[in-house]
Parts: sequence; C-alpha cells; structure tokens
Amino acid sequence: MPEETAKTGKYYFRPFTPFNIVTGIIVIIGLLLTVLRFTRGLATVTNLSDHTPWGIWIGFDLLVGVALAAGGYVTSAAVYIFGLKKYHSAVRPAILTGLLGYALVVLALHYDVGRPWRLPYPFIVQQGTTSLLFEVGACVALYLTVLFIEFSPAAMEWLGLKRARNLVVRLTLLLTIFGVVLSTLHQSSLGALFLIAPSKVHPLWYSIYLPVYFFVSSIIAGLSMVIFESSLSHRYFKDKMDPEHLAEKDTVALGFGKAAALVLAGYFTIKVIGIATDNNWHHLTTGYGAWYLVELLGFVALPCFLYAVGVRDRNLTLIKWTAVWTVLGIILNRFNVSMIAFNYHLPSSERYFPSWMEIGISIFIVTIGLIMFRFIVTRMPIFYAHPKYKGTH
Amino acid sequence: MSISRRTFLGWLGAAGLSTTISRPAHSATNKHFSGYPDSGGVLFDNTLCIGCRKCEAGCNKVNDLPAPDRPFDDLSVLDQNRRTHAGTFTVVNRYEIASAPNGKLYRKIQCNHCLEPACASACFVKAFDKTETGAVTYDESVCVGCRYCMIACPFEIPTYEYDKALTPRIRKCTLCYPRIVKGLLPGCVEICPTEALTYGKRNDLLRLARGRIHQYPDRYVDHIYGEHEMGGTSWLYLSGVPFRDLAMREDLGNVPAPSLTNGALKVVPIVAGMWPVLLTGIYAISKRKDKIAEMESSQAVAVAREHAEAEAKAAIEKALAQAKKEKEKEIELHVKKALEEAAEAQKEAAAKSESEEDV
Repeated sequence: MPEETAKTGKYYFRPFTPFNIVTGIIVIIGLLLTVLRFTRGLATVTNLSDHTPWGIWIGFDLLVGVALAAGGYVTSAAVYIFGLKKYHSAVRPAILTGLLGYALVVLALHYDVGRPWRLPYPFIVQQGTTSLLFEVGACVALYLTVLFIEFSPAAMEWLGLKRARNLVVRLTLLLTIFGVVLSTLHQSSLGALFLIAPSKVHPLWYSIYLPVYFFVSSIIAGLSMVIFESSLSHRYFKDKMDPEHLAEKDTVALGFGKAAALVLAGYFTIKVIGIATDNNWHHLTTGYGAWYLVELLGFVALPCFLYAVGVRDRNLTLIKWTAVWTVLGIILNRFNVSMIAFNYHLPSSERYFPSWMEIGISIFIVTIGLIMFRFIVTRMPIFYAHPKYKGTH
Repeated sequence: MSISRRTFLGWLGAAGLSTTISRPAHSATNKHFSGYPDSGGVLFDNTLCIGCRKCEAGCNKVNDLPAPDRPFDDLSVLDQNRRTHAGTFTVVNRYEIASAPNGKLYRKIQCNHCLEPACASACFVKAFDKTETGAVTYDESVCVGCRYCMIACPFEIPTYEYDKALTPRIRKCTLCYPRIVKGLLPGCVEICPTEALTYGKRNDLLRLARGRIHQYPDRYVDHIYGEHEMGGTSWLYLSGVPFRDLAMREDLGNVPAPSLTNGALKVVPIVAGMWPVLLTGIYAISKRKDKIAEMESSQAVAVAREHAEAEAKAAIEKALAQAKKEKEKEIELHVKKALEEAAEAQKEAAAKSESEEDV
C-alpha cells in the first residue's frame, strides 16, 4: 500500500487543504504569542499571580500531557512484557504518540519556567534531590530518551539504516522495562508534587495516595488514548494501514477497553478508600463535594461501566466514545488537583482563570504535535510493517 | 527475543547501582530538628503594633526595593488586604477585632524562615538555603524559575517577577541576611518604634514570649505561633486574639514540610530496584507460557501423527491379510473347481470308454 501511494504520487504538496489552513493560522498566532512571552514576560501573556504560580501550562501541558502520553509504556509493556502479541500493531502508533507527547511537554515547559536554558541545571549544577520536581525532571528526561530510542527503528527503516535498526530492535525488552520503571516513577511523582501543600489542595483531592492515583489513572489514560488515537487514525490514515493493522484494530479496542474497565474499577475503589482513610465523607455534602462526585461517578464509575458493557456487547462505537469520555475525565482530574481544588481557601477574586493567550499557547503546542504526527505517519512505517522488516520485531 | 541469565543479572546489577547514585533525601526518623543552635529570629507582638507601616518602609530601604505606588505614611493602604509581592517583602494588614483595645489589630506578614523550609525542600536546584543564622536565603544564579517553591510554601510568601521576560527572580524576605551577618538588625526590627518586633536568638525569644504570656495572661492567647507550626519557624508571634481572626492558618499542623514528601521519595529507589525484577518475571512467565504452549502443541501433533500412522499400518495389515485370505480362498476355490472339473472329465472319459467297449 505505501508503495502504491508513492507510485500514484499522492505526496505532492497541496498548500490549501482545510487542515493546512487551520493549523497554519494556529501556528502563526502561536509564534506571535511566543515572541510576546519571550519579550514581555509571563505577566503580559498569562493570568498567573503570586497566589497561583502554576496555571494551564502546568495543569494541562505538563500534567495532562504526560498522563495522555502514557499509551507508549502501557502498550509496549502489554506486548513485550505481558506477551500479548495480538496488540503488536498498536505499539508503534502508541510509542510515536508518547514520544511527541513528552517532547511537547518539554517544549511547553520552556514557556512556563523563567529561564528555560537553565532546565539542565538541576542535573549539572546542583541536585535538589529532596524535591519531587527533581524526580519528575530526571525521569521525564530519561524517558524521553528511551522513547526516542524505542521510536528510532521506524525512522531508521524509513532511512534504510538496516544495521543500526537491527541493533536497536534487539534492545526492545530492556528499553520497555526501563520505560515502565521511569513511567511508574514520574507519573506518580506528578501527583506527589502536591503532597507538600496539604493546606492548599482541597482535602477531597489531597491524599497521601496522590502518587498512586496519578500512576493508576495514567494507565487508564494510556489505554483510552490508544483506543481514541487508533479510531482517529483509522479515519484519516486508513490508506497507510497494512492488513495486520486493520485486522488487529478491533482486537486492540476490545482488549484495551476490557483492561481500562478493570483498572477504572480498581481506581474507583482506591479513590473511595482514600476518602475513607482520611474520613472526608462530610466534605461530600459541600459544593466541592458535589464537584468531586461529578468526577468520581461521572468520569470514573460511568466509563468503567460503559467500557464493560461495550466489551460484553462487542460495541466498538460505545468503546470509542467511552475512551473520549475517559480522556476528558483524566483532564478534569488533573485540572481539579492543580487548579480547581488548588487554593480552594482563597476568595474567588484571588482565584485563577487562564488568559486567552495561555490557552492559545497550549492549542499551539497540541497543533505542533498533530502536524508532526501527520508528517511522520505519512512517511515512516508506523501503521504498516516495512516490507523489508516484516515479522522481525 | 530472549534473555540469557547473564544479561538478566547484568540488568539487575545496573538497577541496583542506579539506586546508590542518588543522594539520600530527608530521612523519616524519630529525630526532630529544632533549628540550628543559637540561630536568630524575630518575635512579633501584635498587642504592641500600631500599624504605622514604618517596618515596610525600613524593609524597602535596606533591600533597595522599588518605590511603592503610595508612600509608606499613607495609612489608607491598610484598608485593603495585602500580601507580599516582588517589590514588597513585608506588608502590614489591619483586622477589625471588636475585643481589641482600639477595635483593630495588625499583623505583619513576611517570610517566617521555617526551621525546615518547604521552599528549600521543594527546590530542584537547591536555590534555597537555611543558614545557621536562621535566615532562609535564595540564590538567583541557579534558579530556573519553576515556581514550585511558591506552590510549596504554606505561608504564601515567595513571589515572582512575572514582568521580567528572561531574568525573573523569586523574591522574598531574607531576614536581612547581609545585615545580620554584619551584626546589624533586620531593617524592619531596627525601625520599629514600639518594640512590637524583637530580634534575638530563637530560644531567647521563646522564653521572652512565654514570660509575657505568663505575666499578662489576659492580654495574650496562650499560644506562640511559629513555635511548632510546620515544624517551627524562626519568626514567632504573640497575639491578643486567636490567630485565625488575623487570617493566620491554624490548620497547618506541626509536621515540617519535608516529611510530607518523604514517603513518596523513599519509594523511588524501591520501585527502581524491584520493578525490573517484577517485570522480567512477568516476561519470563509469559515467555514460558508461550514455550509450553508451543511444546504441548508440537507434542500433540507428534502423538496424533503416531496414532494416525499406527492406525494406517493396522489398516494396511488388515487389508493385506484380508487380501491374502481372499486370494487363498480363491485359489482353493479354483483348485476345488479344477479338481471337480478333472473328476468330471475323468468320469466322462470313463463313461465314454465304457460305451465304446459296448459297441
């Protein structure tokens, strides 16, 4: 199929497709906002304040970005460690999504921190090892490297670097194990970042289990993102997919949906245990309590049930929409911990709401991800096995 | 792909080694850090404060901070509730308190210089330092500007220069560290006209505060804020009314900030050490399952083949035997037939010769 595409010459450049026009406008606005950020500072571009030092560039770009990029470690662990080979075709798209996700998280941090060129300082100048942020930084940096190596065979097949490619493929298991260790650590430490501020995070969301919640929900996010991403890819890049990919598509959705239902059930249980151990029941009757129940029942219990029904009835449409709903639930959870339940004690006049420019930069960064994803899948063997290397990985 | 025992042991070794590289974080022990011996601090007694804002002016002057929008002698500023900002290391707020002598009490806000600071524990470049003087200092030459210290501080003290595009700093009170190492008083303490502020060794200040409470039990609530809050702070507070009436949080607890993240940090080396073992184990089990399944299927094939072969052999033998039997039967039949024919012929011949003889 890819050869056919090349033969029929579909690669020629058409500048004014709807995709190019929309992304082009977003990129231009994003670049203008970038100039503004690095000439005028955060005060001009953001609504951040001394009370709210972290806004959506942390709440969305970092916390949500890392959680939604979890598909890479979840899928490669399922296939290479748990030996579920029937999901093999899902590995490369998931690793690519993960790699782009993490790369964009790091890019987004360059906007947020004061002096981005000092980002390596915690490793090369002074190590603040008592900081959870140090752990996040170290693991994200290492895991980005791991993802890059895990992804590199696709690029090397594209470039025809056979020997290097075979060398990397031999490292698959080692890289997968390393990836799972690093993901466990930094997914959980993103939650642990807030452990130091029990007086600022609403008690319903503050828990000693925050790191566990973040790790477990990252598995849910990873599984759901693979289903979501695969249904989108199937719609827009179907012509790039080989028979193996097309044949496994429904198997992946059913298997990952089943796993997501199970993990969601566990997540629901430990969330309730968290409320019970801190004896926070009385908070459930307050306004924040209602909001907490919306998250717990509407975005944890409900998708758990819907996934289970979808798998039982082999209803792929239901599974797909449940995946979207679950992803929204993860976003809601990260927003709750980092922004909505954060500073809950302050009067509403001191609370934070993002400026349009902050949202603009976040959309800009997601758009860069889409452009890069499209660039790569239309060129490299992501949705199909390269004919020369079929069945060798 | 499969792994040999040697590679597996190699990975284990690497995992083990990686845990030894990181330096130990704060230990969860039964030891309590009660501050550097002889470290300094300030006692603020709000029953003596008159809300003159002179301390704000003194702070501004000794720290070379930008001039304020409204001059320091403009007391209408007190109508608003304020907090620290990049150009303001300390502010005085007024609270309407019916039971207070003038119906109002003041509270001075600045860095409390925790004995075990949340900001220092949260900083991933160690830009903060709890010095032996008691002051918590900040080193802007390494600061990345991540603002995690501002998230971590329970007193909402550190501020950030949001208007600087490329050189923003965290700004906060330094307890006038450059002055106290020279033997001078902090700017706010030096200028205070009413002795609402007292600088001294923290232990002496605690004794002083206890003495005042003891001497004037009606004047003070029986609590020294900062003695135990968040593990203790170098700034201490005496008040005529409950501290919550002055918007000072009483729900912070007595646990120092670093112990809040202790558990999470302690799990890291364990995960790094045990996860590879667990995952390799799962891999080995799934691999072995595959292998056993493969072996079982090939065994089943072999058995089936043997069975089929034996059956075929038996069938052939049976067929052969049958054929042999049938052949023998046929031969017998033929022989019998031939014999019968022969006998018939003989008979006929005999009859013929008899008749011939008759003729």
